[in-house]
Amino acid sequence: MSFWRAIAVAALLATGPALLAGEIPPDARRSGYSFMGPDTRAMQDDDSSNPGMLFVLDGEALWTKRTGSADKACADCHGDARGSMKGVAARYPAFDKALARPVTLDQRINLCRSNHQQATPLPYESRDLLALSAFVAHQSRGIAITAGDDPQLKPFVEQGRDLFMQREGQLNLACTNCHDDNFNKRLAGAPITQGQPTGYPLYRLEWQTLGSLERRLRSCMTGVRAQAYDFGAPELVALELYLMSRAHGLTMETPAVRP
Amino acid sequence: MARTSVHIAALIAASVAFACHAGAEELLPYNIAGDGIAESLTGAPGDAARGRALVLARTTTCILCHSGPFPETRFQGDLAPDLSGAGNRWTVSQLRLRLIDAARFNPETIMPSYYRNGHLVRVGRNFAGKPILSAAEIEDIVAFLATLRD
Ligand code: HEC
Ligand code: HEC
Repeated sequence: MSFWRAIAVAALLATGPALLAGEIPPDARRSGYSFMGPDTRAMQDDDSSNPGMLFVLDGEALWTKRTGSADKACADCHGDARGSMKGVAARYPAFDKALARPVTLDQRINLCRSNHQQATPLPYESRDLLALSAFVAHQSRGIAITAGDDPQLKPFVEQGRDLFMQREGQLNLACTNCHDDNFNKRLAGAPITQGQPTGYPLYRLEWQTLGSLERRLRSCMTGVRAQAYDFGAPELVALELYLMSRAHGLTMETPAVRP
Repeated sequence: MARTSVHIAALIAASVAFACHAGAEELLPYNIAGDGIAESLTGAPGDAARGRALVLARTTTCILCHSGPFPETRFQGDLAPDLSGAGNRWTVSQLRLRLIDAARFNPETIMPSYYRNGHLVRVGRNFAGKPILSAAEIEDIVAFLATLRD
């Protein structure tokens, strides 16, 4: 902890005000992948054994399926996702001009459904929404995260950072207490990572299914016995945005596998 | 006029009493003397065997962060000092205050205050207004920690 603090302080002095004390300097940022054992890594690395790829395939089928009263498919507007969706997830959550706030990839998919397909929004964590999200984010695999660079997002990134630093719940712990100050240590025997959002939606062996970043954040909140924010709540979106900006430069892994 | 305000005062008194009842569980009072709390919260000594079982139970949360002389479980944390020898390093009185409110020793500590119910943010519905541990549980754990001598 004091080791990273010392590095962070040194980096602060060297590079100016970009980094706040306690935050992880860019060259020390590591995906959760690097904390995993060889078996779980092998499962993520091999598409034929990565269970998340089943969702990506489902998403690919949904991409070309006409739906809603407009009877349009995603592909009717966006064409081949391998070109049009490349790098998109690495920029999300992104600022939406009409709403004047950031929206997540899940929310963007549902905005397209209601505005362009005249279809009902898909429920959070439903198989179809996870599948579409996984398919779109998969097109960014290997691409460096740049979310949060848009200056219009600044106040929302700051809100997310404040939430990350805020102690909460009956156990009175903040995200930063575990993911900035104590990564590499073990909580009840399980490794704590830096909480990097690089692989979402991802397959968690503990869940036995694919899940969103919001699902993960809600379970960390429940873990400290805090009242978790509802799916899609502005606070969760802000946290997600902060996490993505904190992961600046790390590459996307969707669909990742985690223990 | 006078009658109405009496009425309103009575209503407010009633709702305050109700709020206290529904909101925060009554905590037993204690006296901090020096760096500890000398008297048992419950007035009775704790049970070390029950204390050991509590420390090992995940829901008590101790071994999320701490390890200790617990050969039967692999699930121990390393965010905090090993509890072995805690009974040599600290008096019963110091252990009691440490459990009740570790933040008194170190305001930045990550160790939760186990017998407190205020000044917290967004506490989950099922936990709101309650301390993490009951007074009797605190006493059992204190009795157990005091037996940890190398
Ligand atoms: C008491 C410790 C603790 C706190 C506090 C905590 N987490 Fe976690 N978090 C964990 C553990 C343990 C895991 C599972 C292992 C891992 O990936 O680190 C985890 C996982 C994560 C992951 C998944 C990382 C991946 O590779 O997929 C993210 C993101 C995350 N946490 C963010 C947060 C945020 C945001 C908060 C605050 C709202 C928070 N955590 C609070 C312990 C904590
Ligand atoms: C979230 C982490 C966390 C949890 C949970 C936790 N502790 Fe601690 N504890 C610490 C840390 C860190 C210290 C080191 C001193 C400090 O920061 O206050 C500590 C110090 C102690 C000490 C003094 C250790 C020594 O000998 O120097 C005792 C005794 C102790 N804790 C007992 C407990 C018991 C019993 C529980 C459960 C009821 C518990 N702790 C739960 C983090 C935790």
